Amino acid sequence: MRRLVVLGAGTAGTMVANKLRRRLAREQWQITVVDRDDRHLYQPGLLFIPFGVYRPDEVTKPRTRFLPDGVDFVLGDIDRVEPDSKVVLLVDGTALPYDYLVIASGTSPRPDQTPGMLGPHWRESIFDFYSYDGAVALAAALRGFTGGRLVVHIVDMPIKCPVAPLEFTFLAEAYLRARGIRDRVEIVYATPLPGAFTKPIASAHLASMLDERKITVEADFLVERIDAKTLVSYDEREIPFDLLVTVPLNMGADFVARSGLGDELNYVQVDKHTLLSNAYDSIFALGDANNIPTSKAGSVAHFSVEVFADNFCQHVAGQPMTGSFDGHANCFVESGDGKGLLIDFNYDTEPLTGTYPLPMVGPFALLTENRRNHWGKLAFRWMYWHLLLPARPIPLPAHMSMAGKHQPAEEKQP
Amino acid sequence: MTVTTIGVTQVHVDAEGFLTDYDEWDEQLARLLAAQIGIELTDAHWQAIRFLREDYPTQGETATLRRVSTLAGIPIKELFALFPGKPAKKMAYIAGLPKPHGCV
Repeated sequence: MRRLVVLGAGTAGTMVANKLRRRLAREQWQITVVDRDDRHLYQPGLLFIPFGVYRPDEVTKPRTRFLPDGVDFVLGDIDRVEPDSKVVLLVDGTALPYDYLVIASGTSPRPDQTPGMLGPHWRESIFDFYSYDGAVALAAALRGFTGGRLVVHIVDMPIKCPVAPLEFTFLAEAYLRARGIRDRVEIVYATPLPGAFTKPIASAHLASMLDERKITVEADFLVERIDAKTLVSYDEREIPFDLLVTVPLNMGADFVARSGLGDELNYVQVDKHTLLSNAYDSIFALGDANNIPTSKAGSVAHFSVEVFADNFCQHVAGQPMTGSFDGHANCFVESGDGKGLLIDFNYDTEPLTGTYPLPMVGPFALLTENRRNHWGKLAFRWMYWHLLLPARPIPLPAHMSMAGKHQPAEEKQP
Repeated sequence: MTVTTIGVTQVHVDAEGFLTDYDEWDEQLARLLAAQIGIELTDAHWQAIRFLREDYPTQGETATLRRVSTLAGIPIKELFALFPGKPAKKMAYIAGLPKPHGCV
């Protein structure tokens, strides 16, 4: 009996278990999935909780509901992986030997990494929305907010869902306007990036959207510490706030570091096309847990698992892996007032304008605000629970397509 | 990609002037590149630049500030003092490496 162990039953780990259970014969392969709890969080939904769009109970379900028959689910905290002896050790002493290991333990916000963040103002006037408790606490704080300076802030890249802080800003602006107190609030967007977003064309579009909404961008702002209610950068700029919504430093799981498998942020170093560890040919890392240079996002987890499943079957049969992941991501971006944008990109092609063709429901306009993109985003929650996690067919090709996209002039030459 | 002359050396650079060929760099060139952005290289600068040069071939991309800070033991605050304004970009420029990915 060969043994596959999957660490993490989030978006990537759950899809891996579902896809591979169908592909690997039950009499030949045992599949074990490990997680520390049985609560699967629909992370894209966290964005809406501060504004009362989703009730908290609409974004969590038991992990085990989405794991197929024939998969063993083990509840426990991971102490470390011993890659040379191919065993996973849990904190309670359990040893899980494996032939192949998939690390899908994601990335987490780490407010402890910025001095002053976890001080007396944490969850009083300093909030995050990338955690369930943070999003719920922020909902109450926003309801009670009557005016002053609202600062939306990113500690450092990479973060999961890099558009979410912008979406939060657009939604907050619309929310304050709807409450009739927009003129009593100054909104500042503080980012370590040189502009609103990472890639030039999308960054220009998003910057003009911030500008139209009278939101000030403080670029190249790398925070060193928080002094009471002031952000202080390494180059000694200060941004005082009345309400801070921050995205803490994101880091991979600590067991990755303890196992000697991580980079400086605990991300597993892998080949960006096959997701196989650079150091061990029995270890893959999927989803946010790896260090591939694309967005940390559910769509990346989805598209890469599609490529990975075929590759895995070849790899364990001793054949070369023929699939190559291209870094494909697509994301709906909420822009407030019931509208949204769509972006679609990969390692080589930045988000462009144009259209995204999709049979029956498309096309969706790229980098353009409209209602259809907003409804697409809301409809995605149903798709996530019912199609994506169970790894049922979804008519979204894994590899990015140029169909419908407008190429910038200077890139047209071959 | 274009060819430009720095000092007496011809090198390949991208639109923003970052060297595109790892092997065209040497320490004399680094001094000239640094001078172009108003930096005179001290031992402390060199520690960061040499780390970047050694790290790049193993990683395939330019180290971030946090990586330099963690692995080379130079506090981020000091990197801002050594390479004022945009330290990640300035270090890469002097080290003859691509501009660090604005991680997507």
